[in-house]
Amino acid sequence: MSRVHVTCTINGDPAEFLCDGGQTLLDALRDEVGLTGAKEGCGTGDCGACSIVMDGRLLCSCLVLAPEAEGTTISTVEGMASGDDLHPLQQCFLEGAALQCGVCTPGFLVAAKALLDRNPEPTETEIRYGLAGNLCRCTGYDKIVRAVQAAATQITATNES
Amino acid sequence: MTVTEPKPSYKYVGTRPVRHDGLEKVTGRARFAADLNMSGQLHGIVVRSPHAHARIVSIDTSEAEAMPGVKAVITGDDFPAVEPGHRQYDMCINVIARDKVFYEGHALAAVAASTRDQAQAAAAAVKVEYEVLPAVLTIDQALAADAPVLHAHMMTAGANPPAEEPSNISNITRFSGGELDAGFAEADLVIEREFTTQPVHQGYIEPHACVADTGQDGHTTIWCSSQGHFNVRSSTATLLGWENTRIRVIPAEIGGGFGGKTTIYLEPLAVALSAKAGRPVKMVMTRDEVFRATGPAPGTKLRIKLGVKRDGTLVAGDAYLIYTNGAYAGPGGLLGAMTVFESYKIPNFEIEALDVVINTARSAAYRAPAAPLTAYAMETMLDEIAEELGIDPIDFRIQNAVTEGDPSTMGFPFARIGFVECLEAVRDHPNYKAPLGPNQGRGIAAGYWFNIGESSSATVNLNEDGTATVVTGSPDIGGSRASMALMAAEELGIDVYDIRPVVGDTEAVGFTDVTEGSRATFATGMAVVEACRRMVVELRGRAAKMMGVEVDDIDWVDGQAVYTGSDGDKAPLSVAEITAKAKRTGGPLTATGSLEAHGAGPGFAVHVCDLEVDPETGVVRVVRYTASQDAGTAIHPSYVEGQIQGGVAQGVGWALNEEYIYDSDGVMENPSFLDYRVPVASDLPMIDAIIVEVPNPAHPYGVRGVGETGIVPPIPAVANAIYGATGCRIRDLPMSPIRVLDAITSNGGSNGA
Ligand code: FES
Ligand code: FES
Repeated sequence: MSRVHVTCTINGDPAEFLCDGGQTLLDALRDEVGLTGAKEGCGTGDCGACSIVMDGRLLCSCLVLAPEAEGTTISTVEGMASGDDLHPLQQCFLEGAALQCGVCTPGFLVAAKALLDRNPEPTETEIRYGLAGNLCRCTGYDKIVRAVQAAATQITATNES
Repeated sequence: MTVTEPKPSYKYVGTRPVRHDGLEKVTGRARFAADLNMSGQLHGIVVRSPHAHARIVSIDTSEAEAMPGVKAVITGDDFPAVEPGHRQYDMCINVIARDKVFYEGHALAAVAASTRDQAQAAAAAVKVEYEVLPAVLTIDQALAADAPVLHAHMMTAGANPPAEEPSNISNITRFSGGELDAGFAEADLVIEREFTTQPVHQGYIEPHACVADTGQDGHTTIWCSSQGHFNVRSSTATLLGWENTRIRVIPAEIGGGFGGKTTIYLEPLAVALSAKAGRPVKMVMTRDEVFRATGPAPGTKLRIKLGVKRDGTLVAGDAYLIYTNGAYAGPGGLLGAMTVFESYKIPNFEIEALDVVINTARSAAYRAPAAPLTAYAMETMLDEIAEELGIDPIDFRIQNAVTEGDPSTMGFPFARIGFVECLEAVRDHPNYKAPLGPNQGRGIAAGYWFNIGESSSATVNLNEDGTATVVTGSPDIGGSRASMALMAAEELGIDVYDIRPVVGDTEAVGFTDVTEGSRATFATGMAVVEACRRMVVELRGRAAKMMGVEVDDIDWVDGQAVYTGSDGDKAPLSVAEITAKAKRTGGPLTATGSLEAHGAGPGFAVHVCDLEVDPETGVVRVVRYTASQDAGTAIHPSYVEGQIQGGVAQGVGWALNEEYIYDSDGVMENPSFLDYRVPVASDLPMIDAIIVEVPNPAHPYGVRGVGETGIVPPIPAVANAIYGATGCRIRDLPMSPIRVLDAITSNGGSNGA
């Protein structure tokens, strides 16, 4: 089977990879590009561990075929920090102990960033529904929701100052 | 919020530093097992049984072996034979079936090929001829007089008189105390209730995964996600018939376990495939495989009878508990028997517990195994009694709660415990008095877990610059590295960020049991403290040499060697000053601690749940939740709260949604997170965790394990709150919308006796 050549932008950098026509974008990112931040918790779109943003849309990368990434702009958890500077969400997750095992964390961070990009001052309910596509089995969500609230406050304050 | 007894003031213990492994985990760089890739690696796929119960007549792998990319195919014949009576017989024939398959999803062969797709295609080409046998799928079927017997060798252990015929009852446990009949004769009120519950899955988000690399020298290295890599080593060695020294297990980060990763599934298959192919083999389960072939916690049938005096004193308890452990013997009933009456003073009691095998996946531990179900029964019945007697449910529990010196079910007296303190903490919390709206109800419930100690090892190495590395053998599932560093910082007087906590592989640190029974911070923490205390002795000796004084005149104060003798003033020496001169005072500074920890203090928890029931749909929404738990001493309070909150979420899911559903042939019908629905963020409110600190006298800092107790109270707390909202007592899990609606519309449903 001949492989498909895909050209796209990943975390701000031009990227190319070869993939099988039937391969998921999640597998291509993990196995072909070497970005293993996105995880496979289910492979069926039910857990959000594989969350990425493609052309501005939050997606489960396990539900996208890799060739569909042609010409797109993708961001993953690996692109959230700029150099040594963590994104406020990453910092708030750390300080607020919003991760236990941490396997869901990349997906939550990507999904939470997508939420805050769209709605910088979400209510608790909006955060809970905004993250309802991501499963965490460890934390009971309390500290995750609080970390997102804290990050939202921090980002808004920085933007205003 | 924390409720604390007076305790020594600590500099590091009880603070909330950012965890040492946090950065990798928020940047996507942490390496979980499925993230690892080896040069030249193959992909392994398991061939699984489509039948719940069948004899394997033949397996033909020839076609699979000839397919493109296929490098190895294995079956049970590639492993040493095991006979009933072998110490780990069940584990061995569960990892790879021999003559029979016992549940749908049971592994019976495996294939390694260059790509996953090739391996999958070859797995599908393995031809298996089955003689399908009738499947036993429920407790009633298993106990029926004419039930097919799963294991011809299964003679009920603990049967009296001894069993003469094999059956599906693996074990009977009996405990008793006092005089049951006399106890009930004393009672003014006697109630008896029955409950049923279904198996549920631990639901860790990371599927099982491993990579094995077996060399020509017959040694193998396994990278895997597990709760205990020493156990992976010994179990793999047992299955392969190898010595432990041939196997090195390197722990990857673990994406949740909750008990489900205390046993093994893939590792011996990966090693055998790797040995046959001469290449590294990676195996990763799909979620579907995780549901069908790993984990679940037992389903049950429970019958309990309680007798109480008019003044609220419990006088008699009779429990008949049946637990399914899937297709093999398991400890569900035993653990149920050990927990059912444990929290309360019940002078006259009898407990009989049966462990039963059925044709479903072999059950694995799940947080406080068995206890949430006995609590469901007991705590809802206590609620009924309290209401009947007109006593506040918390006061009723305080009146009957065990305290220090009271005997446990097995007869041992409790040491200092914090049950009453947890009850008081919830009673005094605003949640207990908050006004309820229409269709809302409030439930409280308590929970207990005994916690365990077991073996742990730790090594402390001081580095040349005065920083320290702390190596332990406990995989870090939820922040235990930070706890180890905090205890080491407290002992050594080194800043917590100058300590690097590391999880060592099986060749890098002494033997350490599985992270289970809430033991990591307790027992491995004790090993760390022991190693640090030895290190302090060594540091004092080195400082004495440097100062030219007697070691007895050196104290260790706040990370410094301080001279206390009378020979004038001498400047104190810091750790860095001592390590800088180590070459001249005796060489590298390293110390170990290895121990069998005893005295894991029991953990108690009390929860209050407020929820709202939609009378039209039966949908239950939790609106407020507060959970108190005795942590002994919280080393890192944020992660103690996290353990409590996580337990609550799992317990609420268990109460309201989660269950294994099988068709009439024993094929699981809901093996995905779509159909097996675990709580998401929008299903839950904030969960207020109250840390109660009644120090455990057996631990240097007073630690009690906190990982498990939090899952025990939620089911009865939810059930009691549903009663508050609807007047219906639901005694079957899950309390799904349809069941709640049925209960409401049948005007009380299963309410009443
Ligand atoms: S792996 Fe994509 S949603 Fe679960
Ligand atoms: S932290 Fe373990 S699943 Fe979320």
